[in-house]
Amino acid sequence: MTFLNAAASPVPQLVFERSAGYWETVWRRFLRDKVALGAALVVLFLLVLAILGPWLAPMDPYQSAMLKRLKPIGFEGHPFGTDELGRDMLSRLMVGARLSLFMGITPVVCAFVIGSLIGITAGYIGGWVNSVMMRTIDVFYAFPSVLLAIALSGALGAGITNSLISLTIVFIPPLARVAESVTTQIRGRDFVEAARASGASAFTIVRVHVLGNVLGPIFVYATSLIAVSMILASGLSFLGLGVKPPEPEWGLMLNTLRTAIYTQPWIAALPGVMIFITSIAFNLLADGLRSAMEIKQ
Amino acid sequence: MTLAHDDRDDRAQPMLSVRGLVKHFPLKKDLLGRGAGVVRAVDGVSFDVFQGETLGVVGESGCGKSTTARLLMQLIAHDQGELVFDGQTVGSKSLPLKDYRRQAQMVFQDSYASLNPRLTMEDSIAFAPMVHGLPEREAVERARDLLDRVGLSPQRFAERYPHELSGGQRQRVNIARALALQSRLIILDEAVSALDKSVEAQVLNLLLDLKEALGLTYIFISHDLNVVRYMSDRVMVMYLGQVVEVGDSETLFKHAAHPYTQALLSSIPTMDPDRRTETPPLAGDPPNPINPPSGCRFHTRCVHAQPICSEKMPVLAPASHGQQVACWMHVAGAAHTAAPAGPGRVPNQEAVA
Amino acid sequence: MTTDSPTPAYVDIRQLQVTFTGGKKPVQAVSGVDLRVQRGEVVALIGESGSGKSVTLRSLLRLHAEKKTQISGQIRVGEHDVLQLSSDQLSQFRGRVASMIFQEPLLALDPVYSVGQQIIEAIRRHEDVSEDAARKRALALFERVRIPSPERRLQAYPHEMSGGMRQRAMIALALACQPQLLLADEPTTALDATVQIQILLLLRELQKEMGLSVIFVTHDIGAAVEVADRIAVMYAGRIVEEGPARTLMREPRHPYTRALLQSRADGALAKGQRLETIAGSPPDLTDLPKGCAFASRCKMAVPACDATRPDITWLDDGHSVRCLLAQSQQVA
Repeated sequence: MTFLNAAASPVPQLVFERSAGYWETVWRRFLRDKVALGAALVVLFLLVLAILGPWLAPMDPYQSAMLKRLKPIGFEGHPFGTDELGRDMLSRLMVGARLSLFMGITPVVCAFVIGSLIGITAGYIGGWVNSVMMRTIDVFYAFPSVLLAIALSGALGAGITNSLISLTIVFIPPLARVAESVTTQIRGRDFVEAARASGASAFTIVRVHVLGNVLGPIFVYATSLIAVSMILASGLSFLGLGVKPPEPEWGLMLNTLRTAIYTQPWIAALPGVMIFITSIAFNLLADGLRSAMEIKQ
Repeated sequence: MTLAHDDRDDRAQPMLSVRGLVKHFPLKKDLLGRGAGVVRAVDGVSFDVFQGETLGVVGESGCGKSTTARLLMQLIAHDQGELVFDGQTVGSKSLPLKDYRRQAQMVFQDSYASLNPRLTMEDSIAFAPMVHGLPEREAVERARDLLDRVGLSPQRFAERYPHELSGGQRQRVNIARALALQSRLIILDEAVSALDKSVEAQVLNLLLDLKEALGLTYIFISHDLNVVRYMSDRVMVMYLGQVVEVGDSETLFKHAAHPYTQALLSSIPTMDPDRRTETPPLAGDPPNPINPPSGCRFHTRCVHAQPICSEKMPVLAPASHGQQVACWMHVAGAAHTAAPAGPGRVPNQEAVA
Repeated sequence: MTTDSPTPAYVDIRQLQVTFTGGKKPVQAVSGVDLRVQRGEVVALIGESGSGKSVTLRSLLRLHAEKKTQISGQIRVGEHDVLQLSSDQLSQFRGRVASMIFQEPLLALDPVYSVGQQIIEAIRRHEDVSEDAARKRALALFERVRIPSPERRLQAYPHEMSGGMRQRAMIALALACQPQLLLADEPTTALDATVQIQILLLLRELQKEMGLSVIFVTHDIGAAVEVADRIAVMYAGRIVEEGPARTLMREPRHPYTRALLQSRADGALAKGQRLETIAGSPPDLTDLPKGCAFASRCKMAVPACDATRPDITWLDDGHSVRCLLAQSQQVA
């Protein structure tokens, strides 16, 4: 019997150590991408703001002062000016981060869970089950997201919870589609066939072989939806269907500062700038994640 | 490693018996139901595999050898036909699918696609035993032992990921994985085709060593005729979803009976610069299994074709040197000028293994 | 023996070095290749993955990404100095003087244009002819490469054709502007056996008819023997042995060539006899050894092999080897 010794390892240094796993490699690649790193820092900053906003804000965001309405940027004691009710803009922007980000992230997280469940199941089972599930999803997908969000919110009624529900429903179809598409690809790969050939149950195969390969891409796509969710939430608040005054929320602030465009355009634009920065940061983060995950063999 | 299964040492009974396997894939119809066709990937394939042998399977694109492999593994269900393993029908109460899967395993062509990029080598190998109830610790131990058996030192390779190994190393892991359930039948579907020649030689040697040590039976599918000749005891030639010739490996290569087999063998590039090939033995491309020719499927490209060939399909019958061939030229008394004289009867429709 | 043949070669590659700088460490894909191809001669470059054969071939058309590749040395094709061509001149050079056929036609042909359109476009880019005239030439080309029903097939899209026909279409495209040099990068590797032999014979025929010089890259020695006049064996970025096909097959001198020929599964082997294998694995191209790249795997290596890279040793009949042992045998 001659058992040949295998060829020398292609990476001679790491002989006895555990080598870098997939996620470690992704992490390292991500760290080298300066743009993505910058975006990640901005997102981190925003999250910190969201959590600590109320404590870090210099003034009470609800305190109105009729004598100090619509003061410009750089006004004494109000670095970012005041809004139409004399409330400090800086404080409102900082405290508003919490609600705005909450409205952005929560629906996406919920839709990620539900959409992945639907999509992975449809993708793995295939055949007519897949067709039925995905075509049903397509019905919802056919509606433009803004209209769907408004329609659902209108039907459910105004308020934060209802707008969260309607936004979640809006995001389930695109996430389910991505999940189904990625799962179908993985399903056809030889290693899944090999797992089937070993007699494993579908559930085990999905758990061990499919999930690890599929959740990554779905997650990246979901990250890019956060920005959309924020904008839609802002839109709903703008229309009076989401957050109600006097809560500081960037979309709502855009609405209430509408008329100030003629007198204090910079103040009126500020909440929009925050939304803009947040969307860009999340989008770049999603892009960076996607590049880091594309490990070419 | 001792065999854990009931090993019937009965030479006369084949280990695996395949009868009348058929698999058609429907093509998509358009809205009005037109244009429906069927890809007749495997169209009536019968053969036996005996304990301890290596059965080579050759054929070109569209011949159905990969589909046959998947049917044998029951990765896809056959439309007609039956599989009998050790005398028991696969999928029946006496041999449920899960038990059959412990006995027969497969190694695929693409060594990278065959491994989950997120799992370490030992996890990939240990997966199947754990599915069948082995506790994790023992499964991992078995995985490490198998890595050693295939020539990969466990300390260096057990916790690696697929992208860190070379093609040859990955294929060794795939072989180890196929052995993890102590299977007796291993189907190798172009397992060495994607490897460099020098690596291929190492892996072929490994396969031979393992076969001897563990008493394995191989079905060796390949397009490389030299390698098939070297590895196989018997060889089966497929064309357009059917078996056209099957027999002892050396006999087939020296005295090929079927015109397609002859053409295939003459297509092997020469190694002698003074004796280069002058004319290609066969013109055109391998045909599409969507609308196969009537009668003998090869008749459209066969230099010996005669009217009978397009009218009636020949079945496998004994030929002059002991192999089985599906060709009217070898059927005694057939309406072909080259057929041997006979009592005018066409042999029994049952193919004899 | 001579190092320069009396007539200047049509293709003259001298001291070609190609390094890829894209990754963490630079990859030394080709480290000093000298190759000469005469007019009307077919040279096969054989080797395994990582040997540098495809990289060498692609350098002839400068197909590598400019930013991530460092090329040095000299490549002359006819009177063109390939490495010094401007991008306009390179455009003229490609297709007109030298063209290439690839392993997978589906990847090399544009899927959204019919093959006829692609050939017509190629012709009209290099020559000032009318569309009609170009179409006639395309038809003639299809007939030459033996595509059945050529008029109909001109309008077919790549995915509608079978593998063998696609490869013929690609050959037609490559020959559309009557180049002098044809570069073939594993053109038959992905084909079935009966189709492969057809394509190999077609290439041989066309080459003779048109007097083309051909450089044919493959890992299949049999394919090389069917088409080539001369064969060059590459290992780790260098040509280790080169000579007429007959000589190389009958009397290989380099240990790698010998090992390669011996490790083939062959009908002559007895059943169950193990194949001769080459121990070890190809070297890391980011970290090439100082001496002979094959020394660590060579059965006949001596300490001197690790110290210096062997120079070329000319044996008779245009047969050359890079091996210290061959050198010493010659002197003796």
